[in-house]
Amino acid sequence: MKFGVVVFPGSNCDEDAYHAVGTVLGQPVECLWHASEDISGCDAIILPGGFAYGDYLRTGAIARFSPMMRAVERFAKSGGLVAGFCNGFQILLEAGMLPGAMLRNRDLRYICRHVYICVENTDSPFTCAARQGQVLKIPIAHGEGNYFCDAETLAELERDGRILFRYTTEDGRLDDAANPNGSLAGIAGICNRERNVMGMMPHPERAVEAGLGSSDGLVIFRSMIESMSNRLAHSTKSGTEVKDSVPA
Amino acid sequence: MIETETKITAEVAAEHGLTAEEFARVQKILGRDPSLTELGIFSVMWSEHCSYKSSKVHLKRLPTTGSRIVQGPGENAGVVDIGDGLCAVFKIESHNHPSFVEPFQGAATGVGGILRDIFTMGARPIAVLDSLRFGPLSAGGGVSDAEAARNRRIFDGVVSGIGSYGNCFGVPTVGGEVEFEPCYSSNPLVNALALGIAHRDELFFARARGAGNPVIYVGAKTGRDGIHGASLLASAEFSEESRQKRPNVQVGDPLMEKLLLEACLEVMHTSAVVAIQDMGAAGLTSSSCEMASRGGMGIEIELARVPQRESGMTPYEIMLSESQERMLLVAQRGREAEVFEVFSKWGLDAMEIGRVTEDGKLRVLENGRVAAEIPAHALAEEGPVYRRPIAPFHSPESSAPLIEFAAAGTDLNENFRKLLASPAIASKRWIIDQYDHMVRTNTRVFPGAGDAAVLRLKESKRGLALATDGNGRWCQLSPRIGAMHAVAEAARNVVCSGARPVAATNCLNFGNPEKPEIMSQFSEAIDGIAEACRALDVPITGGNVSFYNETLGRGIYPTPVLGVLGILEDASCALGMSFRNEGDAIVLLQGTTHKREEDELRREFSSSEYAKAIRGVVTGAPPRIDLSAEKNLIDCLVALAMERAVESAHDVSDGGLAVTLAESCFASSGDFSGDVALQSDDATEFALFGESGGRAVVSVKAELLARVMEIAAQYKVEAQPIGKVTRGEFRIQVNGQPRIRGSMDSLRQVWAGALERALRGN
Repeated sequence: MKFGVVVFPGSNCDEDAYHAVGTVLGQPVECLWHASEDISGCDAIILPGGFAYGDYLRTGAIARFSPMMRAVERFAKSGGLVAGFCNGFQILLEAGMLPGAMLRNRDLRYICRHVYICVENTDSPFTCAARQGQVLKIPIAHGEGNYFCDAETLAELERDGRILFRYTTEDGRLDDAANPNGSLAGIAGICNRERNVMGMMPHPERAVEAGLGSSDGLVIFRSMIESMSNRLAHSTKSGTEVKDSVPA
Repeated sequence: MIETETKITAEVAAEHGLTAEEFARVQKILGRDPSLTELGIFSVMWSEHCSYKSSKVHLKRLPTTGSRIVQGPGENAGVVDIGDGLCAVFKIESHNHPSFVEPFQGAATGVGGILRDIFTMGARPIAVLDSLRFGPLSAGGGVSDAEAARNRRIFDGVVSGIGSYGNCFGVPTVGGEVEFEPCYSSNPLVNALALGIAHRDELFFARARGAGNPVIYVGAKTGRDGIHGASLLASAEFSEESRQKRPNVQVGDPLMEKLLLEACLEVMHTSAVVAIQDMGAAGLTSSSCEMASRGGMGIEIELARVPQRESGMTPYEIMLSESQERMLLVAQRGREAEVFEVFSKWGLDAMEIGRVTEDGKLRVLENGRVAAEIPAHALAEEGPVYRRPIAPFHSPESSAPLIEFAAAGTDLNENFRKLLASPAIASKRWIIDQYDHMVRTNTRVFPGAGDAAVLRLKESKRGLALATDGNGRWCQLSPRIGAMHAVAEAARNVVCSGARPVAATNCLNFGNPEKPEIMSQFSEAIDGIAEACRALDVPITGGNVSFYNETLGRGIYPTPVLGVLGILEDASCALGMSFRNEGDAIVLLQGTTHKREEDELRREFSSSEYAKAIRGVVTGAPPRIDLSAEKNLIDCLVALAMERAVESAHDVSDGGLAVTLAESCFASSGDFSGDVALQSDDATEFALFGESGGRAVVSVKAELLARVMEIAAQYKVEAQPIGKVTRGEFRIQVNGQPRIRGSMDSLRQVWAGALERALRGN
């Protein structure tokens, strides 16, 4: 079971994601170069934060055309887990792998600080290890994280339980003042219909060690690990070939 | 023979900022008249900014050596051994004039420049701090509405510029400080400090070696931007026309810088690189001649091979361009392919533009024709050195009458609230939030949470702490004592995070050095820094001098800014400033407790933030400084941190003890408060708001109080329990009388939103 972290020119949270998965969680992990289309051997892909290609045009607008994104799309279509954090979420939106778009933050400024998000739905490979309603303290760091979509899409997201995280107060209440960037319906993270592609603006990879302010992000990685091992166990039972062994 | 288009006379040289004597020196070095290109090259290399011609004789008085110092001043950045085979590489640099002309790009490229200085040495940047000075954000006290509005615009632009560059590049901006004084209205200060980490055996130096080795240009293409940035923008006073110098300000491309960083670090690992230097001030000129000079070699370059952004650039323009995000490196002959491969992987231009030669000359060719040929060493190292006249300076401020203490029984609550709302003391959240201060996941003590930023090291158990400090107001009143305080406070900030201060970098912001009174300020400040750095054992490893911070003849306060680096033997011992548990004892630590007469107290109090913010007065003198007491306090706090004996530490500075206590409450996540009782023979205002140095407030668990007192006594530091951490009202009594009280909510409101309110213009 192996994670792949995509490195675009201008990714700058790639090493942080690598550290979180590899060092803190002790999982196999490798970097995937944007110009390559080779993701063989990976069971989950992380699109990290940063400023892919400088984001001078529009966040994620250029990254979506990279060869690696073609491979990531194929990987997602075949059911593989894809998680986009911050810039990774923006890229997933530009690539059409998740619905909606990002506007500039409500007050037009970049914001970096710890915020609280509430786990809205645990029926996903990214939240299955969390409790419904669990409040996580995780940092954000972005200038364009004001999530927007049309009313129809929002209704669909709500109906299908695809809003995985919303910005809330520390005790889990929805509150405009607790919404740092003006996101529609307080949306901090969503998944696709098939529930195997997730994007979130907060940075869980920055919240994996208590000494650095919070370890609440671990539950997201643990969810991914748990669901991957379940999947592998399932496919082993049904006789499918397993590429990597499951660590104890 | 070099063809000259125009006859170069002393008048032409004067237009380039070279004096008649300097021009004669150029003629002597060359043995002939220079070409226009050569004149341009000399003029930038011998500009104040690049040559340090007015400061050199004074800088020699700074202590620059120590057991941990691997590289002192003279390279791209200073290097300090931090153990485990690792080195900290750090330096501070100014970008003042560009930030006044174009705040966003000026500040952004200031960050870009200092980052390149760090990774040029083979170190990966892990933190940036910024020391900023602006004019007042609000009108009043002689500041017009228009001036305040312009100051707000500059402030906003500078903060966004720093954020936009650092955030995109992917280095956390973890600290710094900001002050507001009228003298910075027409000359803001933007000093950026960067810190990097390198393995000791993988450091790179900018020394060209090996005749015949290829000289390779990498990074952004060369354009006409920034021509004469160093000589005309940074080395002259400002006037009404200076705003027309906007084209001299460069434009930053942080993505390019990020790619350059990754490519440079990768190519350094190939061992195919001999030397490397960034093209900062004076661009291609300084990087080529300095690498040649340091290595005792020559360099020949062909300008036709230099990647160019626009057509028709002359040799003069190419050599003087300060286009950003460019590096020059010397590779091993025969291994060029490895170098090109790395840069091509990162999508960067890399072009062999010349070679190392044995003749010691910087030779610039344009399509084979010699456009300049100058002895590299003479150009880089034998520039003019001035021992400029010095005349004692008495600031107009120091002659104003001292303030009187308020009558006994005066209600000080309102003044306390006003002080909390003064921009120097108010919460800096508005700034901090715009900087990514967490990327690279090493930040252990966040900006605003402690006196210094603390970074853990993934490669080691150790941590690094960094703080900047400078008090222009104090330096204006007494450059020597003010400068000593800058060193002492930066060191105190570092030790309040639990780290032992080990080295310093300085950015010396002063007025026009051709004025004897400015040179007097400079010389005095150098003596103060030297004395304090020796006493506190923090050698200077580099930095930068920024003269000519004057607009229309109005100078800034002399503003030496000190950046101090500290090492924590165990990063998990890092301390923040915030109170952490209800019931903890609040203890005031002081290095000295000598008794002073009322006159001295008034003189000292007249220079305080309180005097300025509440009484509108700047006069008197900075507090007396006792360096051995400061050293004792440092040793004591290191011992307390290592033993995990204290829960928090916060030094007493702007706004005095009352503000220090309030800040430890504001920083706490649990809304803790303080209930404090002071005993003092001094005036109540002085006891609450006086800024005498050598003090810190720590909070201690009840069961460890005796141990803390014991450790303090061991280091000859007086420890005085003055109160308790509570969850109630914030209260300070003096000699049994309640003098300050208020709910944390109401105080926090005053303090937290003040900067934003000022920025909205109300």
